[in-house]
Amino acid sequence: MPDEWCTTMRNVFAVARKDVLIEWRARLLLVRVLPFALLVLVLFAVALDSEALLTRAAAGLVWLAAMFATLLVVQRCFDIETADGALDMLLTSVVEPSRVFFGKVLAVAAQLLVLVVVLLGGAVVLYGVRIDAAGLVLLVTTVVTAVIGLASVGTLYGAVVAQLTGRDSMLPLLAMPVLAPLLIGASRATESAFGSQTIDLATGWAWTSLLAVFGVVFAAAGAASFATLTEPDA
Amino acid sequence: MSESMPARGASTLNLRGTSTPATRIIGVLALAVMTWVVVSAFFFTAPDVVQGDSVRIMYAHVPAAWVAYLAFVTTAIASGFSLVRRHRTLGFDRVAGASAEVGVLFMGLALVTGSLWGRLTWGTFWQWDPRLTTTLFLFITYVGYLAVRRIDASPERRAKRSAVLALLAVLEIPLVHFSVVLWRSLHQEASVLNPDGDVRLDGLMLFTLFSGVVAFTLAFVWLVIHRQRLQTLVDLQGTVGLDSALAARATEAVLR
Repeated sequence: MPDEWCTTMRNVFAVARKDVLIEWRARLLLVRVLPFALLVLVLFAVALDSEALLTRAAAGLVWLAAMFATLLVVQRCFDIETADGALDMLLTSVVEPSRVFFGKVLAVAAQLLVLVVVLLGGAVVLYGVRIDAAGLVLLVTTVVTAVIGLASVGTLYGAVVAQLTGRDSMLPLLAMPVLAPLLIGASRATESAFGSQTIDLATGWAWTSLLAVFGVVFAAAGAASFATLTEPDA
Repeated sequence: MSESMPARGASTLNLRGTSTPATRIIGVLALAVMTWVVVSAFFFTAPDVVQGDSVRIMYAHVPAAWVAYLAFVTTAIASGFSLVRRHRTLGFDRVAGASAEVGVLFMGLALVTGSLWGRLTWGTFWQWDPRLTTTLFLFITYVGYLAVRRIDASPERRAKRSAVLALLAVLEIPLVHFSVVLWRSLHQEASVLNPDGDVRLDGLMLFTLFSGVVAFTLAFVWLVIHRQRLQTLVDLQGTVGLDSALAARATEAVLR
């Protein structure tokens, strides 16, 4: 059993490493996704046109921007597999499809982590948000749990639309409603970490537990259905 | 259905349409009960003490919402079967698709009638109440599901993807509902108007409401059966039409 566990982890990390390496060499996150996410932050500021309102809405806007950017990262994560039937090759070599799923989730989560940290920096600079030490612990926990949830849902729904025509417009329509609980939870928890008047830290922590449940549920669902979604048609 | 259909389906392709004695009975029953509901809702039942005549919207709204949820449960169950079973996969898939289509229609009806009622009773078309918000998300989710079903892919692939989607929606909805409940309970000050729409129902009102549920359920069953059969014929037209075209070309070639 421990041996099998080792192999599983090795496979998962191999897939994740491959995806991150491809990303690192193409630098798509850096040249397209990050600028897009920051642009969304700037556009929100222009649209709302009130500094007081911006500081209040900062948490929600950061996660909304992160959600939009997730769609881009996920699309990319499956587009690299559709070329030359790479996914079929991957599935034949790694045997267990759920390992491929977790590998991809890990790679997407790593990219999203970078993205969210940059977005939070953007919120501090552009929206005038302040974070104290107690808030920071909550914020880190929130970011980690929310990013795992985002990556799980993104990868799962990315697999649902992979290799279908019109997947670019399909992914947002399918994934966004599912991400609603995550958006609510992450926004509220981040709001309390930012030192909001209406939500105290304890409530913020309660929201992170919702995020954790969300992440576990969709990671399990993805692991269970990835084989069905990726198996070749009979 | 998919295995036994071709022989029977081919003969019904042009001759009989999609109705059978059973569906005719269901259709007539649905019409009869529906007529009673309309007459009773508008003329026999009394207006509510608080809400006045706007309470009559309830006789369409509650049954529509009930059918919408029934439809999505049906879709989920049929999708489960289509994934688990190795035979008749496409038959279950067609039931799932038909049920989702009808469900989206009724959920749209429930949302529209609900917000009309809300305008009259609460003064606003929309309240961010957990039940409303969940229903809205469910509606969007199934619109997405129908969009996937319209994708041009092989029937097997489409069946598999949409079945997984329908089952994921079952996971999604409790999470959405729970998070919205939590969200709204933290924002009590935001509820400007009391969204308490409790109605005291007398005997006839309750009976009319119940008849509405029966009528809408019958209409749902009737629509799903017909829609599912229609889809069978459409699928058949694809295969049978191609086969007969190939056969015609083959005989042509032999004649030459």
